[in-house]
Amino acid sequence: MSSADPSILSASQVRKIAALSRLSPTDEEVERYRHQLSAIITYVNRLKELDLSGVEPLAHVGDTTNRLDEDVPGPTLPTATLMAMAPRTWDAFVRVPKVIGEGGGA
Amino acid sequence: MAPTISETVKAVASREMSCVEVVRASLKRLDEVNADLNAFLQVFHERSLARAAELDAGLADGGVATPSLLGVPVALKDNICTDFGRTTCGSRMLEKYESPFAATAVAKLINAGAIVVGKTNLDEFAMGGSGENSAFGATRNPHDLSRVPGGSSSGSAAAVAAGVVPLALGSDTGGSIRQPAAFCGLVGVKPTYGRVSRHGLVAFASSLDQIGTLTRTVRDAAIALSAICGLDPLDATSTDKPLPDLLVQLDEPIHWLKVGVPRQARSEANHPAVAAMFEDAVRRLAGIGATIVDIDLPMIDHGVAAYYIVAPAEASSNLARFDGIRYGRQATPAPGTADALTELYCRSRSEGFGPEVQRRIMLGTHVLSSGYYDAYYTTALKVRRRLKADYDAAFAAGCHAVLTPTTPGPAFKIGEKSGDPLAMYLEDVYTVGVNLAGLPGVSVPAGDVAIEGKHLPLGVQFVGPAFEEAMLLRVARMFERAG
Repeated sequence: MSSADPSILSASQVRKIAALSRLSPTDEEVERYRHQLSAIITYVNRLKELDLSGVEPLAHVGDTTNRLDEDVPGPTLPTATLMAMAPRTWDAFVRVPKVIGEGGGA
Repeated sequence: MAPTISETVKAVASREMSCVEVVRASLKRLDEVNADLNAFLQVFHERSLARAAELDAGLADGGVATPSLLGVPVALKDNICTDFGRTTCGSRMLEKYESPFAATAVAKLINAGAIVVGKTNLDEFAMGGSGENSAFGATRNPHDLSRVPGGSSSGSAAAVAAGVVPLALGSDTGGSIRQPAAFCGLVGVKPTYGRVSRHGLVAFASSLDQIGTLTRTVRDAAIALSAICGLDPLDATSTDKPLPDLLVQLDEPIHWLKVGVPRQARSEANHPAVAAMFEDAVRRLAGIGATIVDIDLPMIDHGVAAYYIVAPAEASSNLARFDGIRYGRQATPAPGTADALTELYCRSRSEGFGPEVQRRIMLGTHVLSSGYYDAYYTTALKVRRRLKADYDAAFAAGCHAVLTPTTPGPAFKIGEKSGDPLAMYLEDVYTVGVNLAGLPGVSVPAGDVAIEGKHLPLGVQFVGPAFEEAMLLRVARMFERAG
């Protein structure tokens, strides 16, 4: 693990991963994450040495069948309770920055 | 020593003590120790006393059967939702979050007569093995205040070990109940995946997460688990397999007990005190007539690598919900920027999440991203299949349980590993595989080691076949009683 190759991830790759993760690290943080993530990735790369031919991936240990509920309305949380949790609201709406048109982007 | 669950229920049922007296004693202890331990993020002084008075009034009216946790003060890890107070997950993101509903496990505890005295500190969103990743400060180990109590259920373990409560709930995604149990000298149970409803447990890695118990005795663990297990329509992964009575045979030894000891449990990386403790534990089992079988679980050595792909992958997806829009922390919007909404997401998340959570979200995003998915995620899932097969083979060969140390070393110093995430991850070597395989595991106290004049507890882990909690706890009880 001390043989971690810091070049395994470049700063621009870390910035790309951060953008996909909806995070905005500072330059200093990018450098720190680059080293730490490179060390972790170097470590997990050991799995590539295993012969796993013919092994089916296991995503979940539980039953693989869906359990369907009866189609009857159950209790729900009151709208007012849920709206009260939103940091910014306007009337009956959750308020967000403009996403369409000038100054928007999605 | 503070009373156990059994002692508390007995004292309350026989009117030797009132619920109010029990809760007062718990709160008094809490107030004495919390400044040192930082185990509690929130304490419900008035609420818990009012609830205790209600239960006492019910008792005075008489007539009802004694519920299994009558008058028992409990603490809840703060990623388990309560419909009173806050549920912060140890995160700035949810610093002021008040859940509109309670976790099913909490509702079950309360129905069984338990009284919630407080919510406990944790590694942020349960990501960590030391308690140091909390946005609200590290928790300290009651056995040595300069050391970590383990994590991520850090406050729950410290609270039980300090005698504040006889029961705390934790959550265990890769060892977060068992490892702090070992560091604090407690019994910590991670039930089979699906035994306890995850409804109201804030999701970290949904295919691995389970709620479980921290107690001082195996019997207390059996009592508490009996109360919280069960099918829940609100969690589609909760099992409809009936839970056998965990108590009726608890003290009956298993004849022809066979315990598998994997070669990998005797790793050279183990601390000498852990290595010595482990040989003592094996001798203790042999001494009560158990057959010890040497087995091979080759995938244990690859469990950490597989886990640190699967768990961050699931976390990156689960934590996408924290966008700062519908609830949780929102950064001040910067008007007029080109991509104001995305900017708002990024700033809210970067301000709200601590470094370990950001690291895991980024790691998970990377291993799931185009071009890397098969190389990392699919490969890890194949290792997961092999790992489960390793355990299944041991049980098919007749082992009642598989024995390992819970951790490769005793509790470490606060700050000792916090700069090196990978070193911290390697602490999880014996626990993560159990979550990947979905099996039940229990950490049981197995001695201690004197370091710098302090006695640091050590623990062993028993792993059982899926849904065999009753047998697993009997094995743990046999071990405990022989100590």
